[in-house]
Parts: sequence; structure tokens; C-alpha cells
Amino acid sequence: MKIIEWLSQPWPWYVGGPLIGLMVPGLLLLGNKTFGISSSLRHICAACIPAKIPFFQYDWKRELWNLFLVTGILLGGIVVALFLQNPEPVEVDPNLVNELQQYGITNYKGLVPADLFSWHNLLSAKGFIMTVVGGFLVGFGTRYAGGCTSGHAIMGLSNLQMPSLVATVSFMAGGFFVANLVLPWILKL
Amino acid sequence: MKTQEKIKEIKPRPFLSENTDFEVRSLDAESYNKSELQHPLYYNLKYLFAGVFFGIVLVKSEVISWFRIQEMFRLQSFHMFGVIGSAVAIGMLSVWLIKKYKVKSIYGEPIQFISKKFNRGNVYGGLLFGFGWAITGACPGPLFAQIGTGATVISITLLSAILGTWFYGRIRPFLPH
Repeated sequence: MKIIEWLSQPWPWYVGGPLIGLMVPGLLLLGNKTFGISSSLRHICAACIPAKIPFFQYDWKRELWNLFLVTGILLGGIVVALFLQNPEPVEVDPNLVNELQQYGITNYKGLVPADLFSWHNLLSAKGFIMTVVGGFLVGFGTRYAGGCTSGHAIMGLSNLQMPSLVATVSFMAGGFFVANLVLPWILKL
Repeated sequence: MKTQEKIKEIKPRPFLSENTDFEVRSLDAESYNKSELQHPLYYNLKYLFAGVFFGIVLVKSEVISWFRIQEMFRLQSFHMFGVIGSAVAIGMLSVWLIKKYKVKSIYGEPIQFISKKFNRGNVYGGLLFGFGWAITGACPGPLFAQIGTGATVISITLLSAILGTWFYGRIRPFLPH
């Protein structure tokens, strides 16, 4: 019982980070696979809505392992929710708490703020931008960039790929720009 | 004859001949048609377990938290930088070791690394993904994990991301690369 309680606390970066890093050799050793998540979205398109678009004309079944991987990630989320849930609210920097309070974000119970992302808010201007527009940018941008945080920032940098370094810097630059200069306007809506 | 037809079918089209995707290995000309082992479907279960492991780590280290991503982009906490930095350090070390000792996969295949060429999409797409990352507080992996933890509304974000990917595929010929 003690071990479950211990595991249920939030894990510090020096535990989580190295475990994430182990995905790189793990997948290479398990079957010569390169770590990458966002390509799963492309395989879903290729499998379900290829619409004769050349970008989706390939043998997606050869990449089926990737869909098993992302299904596993979803199951991992369920495992935590069932057995390893942290009962405490997320502890964040007090400056962020003050800033978010202005926009009426006060609920820190979940890792995903219920004040922003909920079925109830989905069709408000704010909810729509956060949920739908944001998701669209994630899907469009990762594929245009040729990878996401896992494919570029972790796998690509591990293999010392220059394009991955450029992509990672671009991810961060885009994130800094929107989080600091654009998001406040969206949250005010 | 039949197998030849099959090979023709999966051969990348000229349009795709240069694979800009860092994550889709089967499209790389270099690895294409190499003796890739054929396994029954259930062999993929090991990737399911790898995914469960990854999902648990993502949630427990709070990488999937919108709040943690906001802290990162406001430089208010070291947490996310520590997670990504140490993940890359372990990744680099393992790739170096695998190359140095020519480690093989559990099926005895030599492990392949494919170098990619830079294209402008790495910048433009990277910036657009950065915008989306700051808004949703999630990259693709965490989207799946967030749904798993019970934030069912994120399935809309995921659907929208699939749509975004589809739209990219649709207008790809018109985009600078």
C-alpha cells in the first residue's frame, strides 16, 4: 500500500525525464522503431480519410506499431486515473496563479484546467479557440515540421539531427510568443 | 508476380520520394525494401505496453498539465526544462552507446539511423506547432494521456489535430518546404 501512495505523488523532473528518455533505446531495441508520436495522426488519416491525397497514400499498416503505442498512452492515462491519482491540486508558481486568477482560472484539481477545457465551454469563443483551434495547430504544425516534441526534440536531438534542433527551437519560439503575447488576449474573451 | 505487385503498391510515389517526416521510417528510401522482419499482429502488443509505460510517466511527471506548459513558456519553473533536458541526455547517451557497440534489436536486426535533410517546414511548421502547444498545453502524446485521465473533451482537440494533419496533407503541394 505504501508504494502506491509513494507512486501517486507527482514525480520530479529527474525521475520523469530520464524515464521518458528511455523510450528512445526501448523502441529501437524492441524492433528498430524511432520514437515519435505525432505521426500516429498521419496514420489515422491514411487509414480513415486518405481521400486520394498523395501524402496519405502509403502502407500505413507497416506503421501499425505506432497506433498500438498511442493506444497504450491512453491506457496509461486510465491506469493513473484509477490507481495512481494524486489527490492534491497541481502546485504551480505563485506568479502564474496570480496571472490566471485575473482570467477566472482558479481550479487546480485536474492537470487539464476545467475552467478552460470542458464540454460546457466548448462552444464559447474561448473554449473553441483553446480546444479546437489549438488542436488544429498542433496537428498541422507537427506534420509540417515533420515531427513533434518526441520525434524532433527527443529522438531527433538524441541522434544529433540538425533539422531537429531547428524544429525544437521553433517549437519553443512559437510557444513563448503565444503564451506571453497572444494567450492573454484569448483568456480575456 | 503477386509479391512484385505488392512491392509496387507500397513503393513511395515520386511526390513522397523524399520523406520529410522524421517519424515515419517505412517511407525512407534508405530503409525501404530492406529485409524488414514480418511479424504477426500480436507482436505489436509490446508497443502497447511501451505506450502504457510512457503514458504513466507523462501523467505522473505532470508533462500533460496545461499549467506546467504555461510555467515553462513563462520561465517560471525549471520542471519542464528538466524533464525535456534529462530525456534528451538519456536519449543521446543511449543512441551513442547503440552506435558505438553496434547493438542489435531483440530480433537480431542491426539498428538503423537515418539522417534527415533540413527543409523550411521544420521552421514554419515548428512555429505553428509551438502556437498550438502554448494554447492547448499539450503535444500529441499528452493529448492521448489527457483523454485517458478522464478529460474527455480533449478528444475534440485530438480530432481537430487529426483534421489539421489531414489539411496539411491536402495543401502540402502549395506550402514552402
